[in-house]
Amino acid sequence: MSEFYTSLDHFAILPALLMGLFGCAIFLFDFWLFPSAREKRYLVWFVIVTEAFVGVALYRQFAYLKSSGISSVSAFKGLLSIDGFSIFFNVMFLVAALLAALVSYRYLEEERENHGEYYGLLLMAQCGMFFLASATELVSLFIGVELMTITFYVLVGFLARDKRSNEAAIKYFILGSFSSAFLAYGFSLLYGLTGSTHLAGITAALASRPLDDPILLIAIITTTVGVLFKLAVAPFHMWAPDVYEGAPTPVTAYLAVGSKAAAIALLLRLFEGPLAGSRDMWEPMLAVVAVLTITVGNLGALSQDNIKRMLAYSAVAHAGYMLLGLVAGNETGIMGVVIYAFVYSFMNFGAFLVLIGLRQQDVRGESMEELHGLMRRNGPASVMMLVFLVSLAGIPPTAGFIAKYFIFLALIETGHYVLALIGVLYVAVAIYYYFRVVRAMFLDAPASGLNLIPSTGLRVAIVAAGIGTIGLGLFAEPFLRLAGMSILR
Amino acid sequence: MPIPLLSLVLLTPLAGMLVLLLLPSGNKKLIRLWANAAGLLSFLVSVPLALHFDKSLPGFQFTEDLNWIPFLGVRYMLGLDGISLLLVMLTTVMSFLAILCSWSAVEDRLKSYYSMLLLLETGMLGVFLALDFFLFYVFWEVVLVPMYFLIGVWGGPRKLYAAIKFFLYTLTGSVLMLVAMLVLYFAHQEQFGVYTFNIQELLRTSMPVSTQQWVFWLLFIGFAIKVPMFPFHTWLPDAHTEAPTAGSVLLAAVLLKMGTYGFLRFSLPLLPDASGSVMIVRALVTLSLIGILYGALVSLVQKDWKKLVAYSSVSHLGFCTLGIFALNPNGIAGSVIQQINHGISTGMLFLIVGVIYERRHTREIGEYGGLAHVMPKFATVFAIAMLSSAGLPMLNGFVGEFTILQGAFESNPLWAAVAVIGVILGAAYLLWLFQRTMLGQVTNIKNLGLPDLNLREMAIFVPLIAWALWIGIYPKPYFELLEKPVARIVERVRPGYYQGIPAEKPVEAAQR
Repeated sequence: MSEFYTSLDHFAILPALLMGLFGCAIFLFDFWLFPSAREKRYLVWFVIVTEAFVGVALYRQFAYLKSSGISSVSAFKGLLSIDGFSIFFNVMFLVAALLAALVSYRYLEEERENHGEYYGLLLMAQCGMFFLASATELVSLFIGVELMTITFYVLVGFLARDKRSNEAAIKYFILGSFSSAFLAYGFSLLYGLTGSTHLAGITAALASRPLDDPILLIAIITTTVGVLFKLAVAPFHMWAPDVYEGAPTPVTAYLAVGSKAAAIALLLRLFEGPLAGSRDMWEPMLAVVAVLTITVGNLGALSQDNIKRMLAYSAVAHAGYMLLGLVAGNETGIMGVVIYAFVYSFMNFGAFLVLIGLRQQDVRGESMEELHGLMRRNGPASVMMLVFLVSLAGIPPTAGFIAKYFIFLALIETGHYVLALIGVLYVAVAIYYYFRVVRAMFLDAPASGLNLIPSTGLRVAIVAAGIGTIGLGLFAEPFLRLAGMSILR
Repeated sequence: MPIPLLSLVLLTPLAGMLVLLLLPSGNKKLIRLWANAAGLLSFLVSVPLALHFDKSLPGFQFTEDLNWIPFLGVRYMLGLDGISLLLVMLTTVMSFLAILCSWSAVEDRLKSYYSMLLLLETGMLGVFLALDFFLFYVFWEVVLVPMYFLIGVWGGPRKLYAAIKFFLYTLTGSVLMLVAMLVLYFAHQEQFGVYTFNIQELLRTSMPVSTQQWVFWLLFIGFAIKVPMFPFHTWLPDAHTEAPTAGSVLLAAVLLKMGTYGFLRFSLPLLPDASGSVMIVRALVTLSLIGILYGALVSLVQKDWKKLVAYSSVSHLGFCTLGIFALNPNGIAGSVIQQINHGISTGMLFLIVGVIYERRHTREIGEYGGLAHVMPKFATVFAIAMLSSAGLPMLNGFVGEFTILQGAFESNPLWAAVAVIGVILGAAYLLWLFQRTMLGQVTNIKNLGLPDLNLREMAIFVPLIAWALWIGIYPKPYFELLEKPVARIVERVRPGYYQGIPAEKPVEAAQR
């Protein structure tokens, strides 16, 4: 270990190193370790082992912070930071990647696209997310964004013979590059204004600048637009429904959960860091964006017959709620955002799981009609889907309620009564489209003989997501304490 | 350590449901037997509450208090006072009878059906037992999902529409209630530095009248939709008419009481200045009176038997809210008793519709006539239920309505005068319904040879009739039970009421 790579640096970057190395190992050795298509499913074990290592590395970071009593350790001369925030988000990414790997093998076999690289790409995307949650420097953050999104371009278009998948990939690629350009532009302005790429340095330099500086305004706007694109927030949400619909469903779920949480991490790093000083400038802007997002998401979801598209719009609405937490801006609000992102990853992934199980060679299993009467054929899966939908709608005693509750708590605490009222009223709107799915499964007469074929991995994943969704609601206390440790103040 | 009676009462139906889920779904008889056993058991464990309740003590009894989410100051707090005791007993009795009445009415997806009924029972009990606002809210929402399924899966022809309408309406109200709850929570924290949802703690919070008023309106929408009060009632005819018999019975007998209970437990004690203010009393009384008259008038013109009973609920619940906002002991005590009465009478009326619907599969009043000749026992039961609902002396309805009118008169004779018209119209639509369906000659041959009530059906009605007679003939224990909690509410909204400023009208009281 030299002065350029100390043991502390190693300790900080180890999770990413593991994901990157194991991911590359899959790219390199998959073809001779598991030559036949049938054997590709063993790579799931490979991912599980990787995640176990990553989990241990993250746990050691957590234990280190806890035992030494300090809130954050920075490594690589301030490029990376280990803190409650990074660990909390990395756990989220780990869960998302693990669930995605568990449910992918049968799906890919049904699609006849089971290639080994898929699992490597999952890990590489997670590696990108790691940097979004842990990096405290603009270039590292940008590399994280690019690593994650470029991997996702490939994953979204992974069904090479499927037109919709190709279309989704192209759309995602074009709009994604566009938004990355915005982000890069904003970052470069921030650097130009302050002469530093470190978030701490930028914060210090901006503190002495007048707020009405037009260049600063442009920097904030371009950076925000870049992040909001990634977060699929209105008016930058247009890509989401098409991409969500076209991508292979496990990738959709991974994208909806992992990449959204990563974008939230980036958002918090920037807005609770360097841009916190100019809150007066962006708070009204974000409030408008949040209300617009919730409106567009909820109203858009009302009329969707494709459940993947419906969930895409609902994901837009959820991002709006998370933004409201940031608008409230106090400790409760920021905690609300983090809690929301965590809870959301369980319940939203859960909702996609059932769709994944329905996918068969000749049926897509993602329209409302195909779900008609599912209860009579697949009782347990339908009941789990009900749990996820009820949680997405925010009805107690599920975790989704706790998440929304925190957002409203923060809004009322900070006196944003109107925003709180708008937020709660859209809960009632959301019920309508979530319960269209419930209605299709439980109330409508069975139309097709479509059956859910659960693989072992899918069963495990559904149970895990279910435990997360119900458990975090009923036994919220320990989880809230952990989330409390994760906020960046 | 004493037995946690309230938790036992609360969790017995839930435990019954979990066991039910483990039974083989093919064995219908076993499922039916177990569901009925679980319903009976839930009732039996609630009996000790009534026996050991001490009327002479003010405040809550059998209290339980555990930490749930200390991070938010949320506690698992249960307790019982006179008002909630009556509603809890009503819930366990009606839930058991609702389960019993479904024995032959439901064939499809039995296991899910009974588990929804039992889950619903736990939710309703939780609403009446919770002493923590957060916990109350959780149970309040838990009730929605099973009711949605009861209407949506086992309901009538327009069940899908009715189910989602019920859900959307109630949820809209309850999310607004959530905002009100959080405002109270922060107001309390500002004054005392403690985050809590404990109702008794929240009572100590003082807020400016203007804040109280808009918080009141938020809570009002939540509760008024549930009651339902006049402009918010449109979900009720659909939900009641389309729900299966057991669902209608529980909706009418218990679910609607959640709204009135909300007024008594939250709006009045927590927001006393707002609740006593001229504008709010005037608005609420006006809406109640409109509800009474409107519900009665619409009932008069109904061609559908079940819809008639549904609209009559709007009218009867109008009496309950009128009593509450008379803001004196008679009005409030009468209102609580009327809530129980409405549970018994309207519960019976819905059961009666269920009995006949099971035999004829139509609810058109015009299809019937002269049933008294074919089904004498049925006609007798119907007569008693009808008279109890119409408020005949010696039966329960009279006691409630009379006390409410007394309370209303004390506050403003005009209110009582308008409400009396509702009583008259009530007698009119009920008697006319009875006449059209039961009396005269049998005009429709399909009604010939209908079997009369069987033993199981008699077993459902007999306890309800006995209860109706008990309240009608000897209501004293009920008034004693309500004396302390009602006095506490009145004392809170109109301080000094019991110290010799008795006949003051609430309108003037608020102007002081």
